Amino acid sequence: MATQKTVSATGNAVVADAMRQCKPDVMAAYPITPQTTIVEEFAGFVAKGRVHTEYVTVESEHSAMSACVGASAAGARVMTATSSQGLALMWEELHVASGMRLPIVMANANRALSAPINIHCDHGDAMGARDAGWVMLFAETAQEAYDNTIMATRIAENPAVLLPVMSCLDGFITTHSIDRVDVLDDESVAEFVGEYAPQNALLDIDQPVTHGAFAGLGGPFFEFKRAQRDAMERSREVISSVGAEYSELSGRPFGAVESWGMEDADVAIVVIGSTAGNVRHVARQLRAEGVKAGIVKVRVFRPFPYAELAAALSGVKAVAVLDRAESFGAEGGPLFLEVRSALYDAETRVPVAGYIYGLGGSDVRLELIERVYSDLSDIAAGTAQPGGFVYLGAR
Amino acid sequence: MKTMDKSMYEIRWHGRGGQGAVTAAKILAGAAFLSGWKGVTSAPSFGAERRGAPITASTRVASEEIRILSQVSTPDVVVVLDDSLIGVGRAAAGIQPGGVMIINTVKPVTELGVDAGIRVVTADVTGSALAAGVVVGGQPMVNTAVLGSIAAATGLVTMESVEAAIAEAFPPGPAAKNTEAARLAFECTKA
Repeated sequence: MATQKTVSATGNAVVADAMRQCKPDVMAAYPITPQTTIVEEFAGFVAKGRVHTEYVTVESEHSAMSACVGASAAGARVMTATSSQGLALMWEELHVASGMRLPIVMANANRALSAPINIHCDHGDAMGARDAGWVMLFAETAQEAYDNTIMATRIAENPAVLLPVMSCLDGFITTHSIDRVDVLDDESVAEFVGEYAPQNALLDIDQPVTHGAFAGLGGPFFEFKRAQRDAMERSREVISSVGAEYSELSGRPFGAVESWGMEDADVAIVVIGSTAGNVRHVARQLRAEGVKAGIVKVRVFRPFPYAELAAALSGVKAVAVLDRAESFGAEGGPLFLEVRSALYDAETRVPVAGYIYGLGGSDVRLELIERVYSDLSDIAAGTAQPGGFVYLGAR
Repeated sequence: MKTMDKSMYEIRWHGRGGQGAVTAAKILAGAAFLSGWKGVTSAPSFGAERRGAPITASTRVASEEIRILSQVSTPDVVVVLDDSLIGVGRAAAGIQPGGVMIINTVKPVTELGVDAGIRVVTADVTGSALAAGVVVGGQPMVNTAVLGSIAAATGLVTMESVEAAIAEAFPPGPAAKNTEAARLAFECTKA
């Protein structure tokens, strides 16, 4: 294990620090609440000479991601960070980055999309980009946000993957709360991520290549997409092996899904992000009262860990899925749709209840989680059916 | 409150934008770790930030690791950095039986308009900050001084751990002044 130092810091501060330790050649970013302090801290590192990164200040997120695409195609290790409307403004280039197979690492401070205007946490921004071809990691804590940033660099740049990675952390809740974080020493991180060896650098004049060429009717567009799908599938194995290697370095376990109390659980909640902390707290209390409550936290949303999720939920009598994002008109939120699909091939069809919660930072009080477990106990006992559309705690 | 008989204590801060409540919550978190609490979380509640607007922050300290980051609605300890916030910010809302309000004021308790059933501890935190020279842009900064009052009123953190956490948060010169402010506030805190 590497030498580590325990610090009290915000999620954004440790994400910026992880980026510094990964030594990107280029960062192009535009500030937006609640991501701002990531790029602010990083700009400070550049100004103080603590990292030798070309820091490109741009006039919008559209330009930020465009500059990232150009720099990454040129052969640089590239990072950025954004949030909400900023991510929405990058939409075009998100697809360009993944289609050109550029291993850009981006932190996303999850925040609601307008309207009405709101600066607080939900996953609507990231979920809106879930089909953009990026690997997507989610953090529960500042520690995980730090760890994910470092792992993201290795995953993105793996020659079998070469896909951009979005590393998400909950706006304000994780970005701005003070948390205790174990930080690796600079040398260990530098050694772990290694030097970036670009595969198809535009600036490699001995091996001239074209990026993003026209691939219209009769061209290889369809096959490019198939290649992207294959790369995303290959990333499963890479995520798993990078996670194992990082666990050895840090002493912290990593799984695409992480379970608590699932060995003998009757009822389980599936959740993404910081709310997992509240859910675990309630599950622990319920266990003390004799309720066999479990929790499955999803840390990797793309590629979605179908097999791991189905395995984790095998044997439970009722499942609830908490979505901090809407998919208006669908049968449930984005996570609900994935989880129910993952369970379709299971031997016994377990009832799955969907809940939308916490949109726009709506506070996730413990009693709301208690209510979900109580609903699950009723469903497991056969006295209630999952169904309807529950906006958890809406007034 | 002096005895650590609960496994978790919830603290809610009431301040105004610019008073440094978020920094205070951060330093308190550091002091709580040094005082032996294994689980500490500190979550600010932001709106559209602007100077002078009422803000709150939530801190939890626990004997085991905790990961609860919802806003504190039933606090054991309420810290009020500015007595004008008692009414405006509904500072006493949800306070637990046996809980305590720590209020920065020079007024007697009877003039503060807090329900008689609630334990109130007052301190001239602003005066402590001024006396120690903790002044930024002509304004006394009460956010470090109040940590002394929290130590005195609750015993949740020791004065030694507050001083150590301040030393970690500031360069030596400012740290000395901020420590002095916290000590003065510790001494003038009236149960």
